[in-house]
Amino acid sequence: MRLLVFASRNRKELLRDPVTLAFGIGFPLVVLFLLSAIQANIPVSLFEVESLIPGIAVFGLSFLSLFSGMLIAKDRTSSFLMRLFASPLTASDFILGYTMPLLPMAMAQCIICFIAAFFLGLAVNVNVLLALVVLIPAAALFIGIGLLGGSVLSDKQVGGIFGALLTNLSAWLSGTWFDLNLVGPGFRSVAYVLPFARAVDATRAALAGNYASIFPHLWWVIGYAVVILAVAIIIFSTRMNSDHT
Amino acid sequence: MNAIETHALSKKYKERTAVQSLDLSIRQGEVFGLLGVNGAGKTTTIRMLACLTKPTSGDATILGKNILTEPQAVKAIINLSPQETAVAPNLSVTENLELIAGIYGNSRQSAKDKVTRIVKSLGLAEVQQDKAKILSGGWQRRLSIAMALISEPKILFLDEPTLGLDVLARRELWGIIEKLKGEMTIILTTHYLEEAQALSDEIGIMAKGQLKALGTAPELISLTGAQNFEDAFVALATEGEVAI
Repeated sequence: MRLLVFASRNRKELLRDPVTLAFGIGFPLVVLFLLSAIQANIPVSLFEVESLIPGIAVFGLSFLSLFSGMLIAKDRTSSFLMRLFASPLTASDFILGYTMPLLPMAMAQCIICFIAAFFLGLAVNVNVLLALVVLIPAAALFIGIGLLGGSVLSDKQVGGIFGALLTNLSAWLSGTWFDLNLVGPGFRSVAYVLPFARAVDATRAALAGNYASIFPHLWWVIGYAVVILAVAIIIFSTRMNSDHT
Repeated sequence: MNAIETHALSKKYKERTAVQSLDLSIRQGEVFGLLGVNGAGKTTTIRMLACLTKPTSGDATILGKNILTEPQAVKAIINLSPQETAVAPNLSVTENLELIAGIYGNSRQSAKDKVTRIVKSLGLAEVQQDKAKILSGGWQRRLSIAMALISEPKILFLDEPTLGLDVLARRELWGIIEKLKGEMTIILTTHYLEEAQALSDEIGIMAKGQLKALGTAPELISLTGAQNFEDAFVALATEGEVAI
């Protein structure tokens, strides 16, 4: 009950912030339509909707880190979290309460992106559902990054350098905007050590029905998600029991 | 049973001692004013009693429940209004109150009933559908206190409740605190000496982490031979320990 009440509050806080809707839904859709327009005039295979939409979905998910990080950091810096730390809420209530509302939001965000992609020619088939499932670990990863950022940074830091760095890095290193091979093998290697290009490739494989190619990439994303979430939970719990929230 | 008992309660941050061997007994139902200049140890004391900061040594009980061994039991019977206004900005006044009622274990219906009562008693009706972020400082502070009251705590910590409020808003909050006298034990920290004098049944003055004096306002004035409470405070906050 306590957990659900707290999760409901967090959902309302996120959904009532116009920035959430503008950046979480609006911005990825603008990019999708813009790159599709470029592709229509100057055909680039990378910007064909089947290749593009997985990258857009992952790019959109990166904003979840910004939103969740901002919410937690604002709660910390405004003393709201101090009030809640003095209440009977437990550490698990806090962590689940902050993360639970984000997963349905992530799925809704991805579904809206895919519906937009249908209008741009994406085939409607069962592989779209599989792609949505494949995106769940990526959503968990970005939620974990947000929890981590919100636990250690101020709301200004999350909204400034953390958000900008994460959304840009995840975009550049995802292989969505440009072919990673064009920059060079070193850049490509770095990109594939990180989870962003892996998440995009796993989703592309799911969408293409190339099932055997999903898991090599998805394991990386799942691994990163588990580690980041674990670190975020440890740091949040430590800060909850420390002298300074 | 006393509402609060502390035994040699101490807190050190590296080399700095924030609270030093605090022994304090606060009776049930009284308003206890905890005064001191900045850095005297008031907020650290409240943080320890609210189970937000672990003491370096010593311990304390809240209505017989130990802050170190029974923090969840303590948290269920206390509530606090922090120094900074702490409200959920995108939630309405009603939603903020229902949130806290729910967190303290009230069912949806019970939460609604309590919200109705507290909105009426704290005069929040005219803003109850407004989002907290658009409220003025005075309304936000009133909401923050209402959020601390809605769980019907046995012990209420009010950390600088009228900080930054204009005279009228401050007087209104004084009226609210006056009404609560006897219903619950209130620990009030404030820099406004007239506020402590007007509201507190007993006053403790802290300086450099130590409790320097304890008594009613007239007792403290008499003890120091001062002309008024402000002079008594200055004398006690800068002198050695005096207990009544």
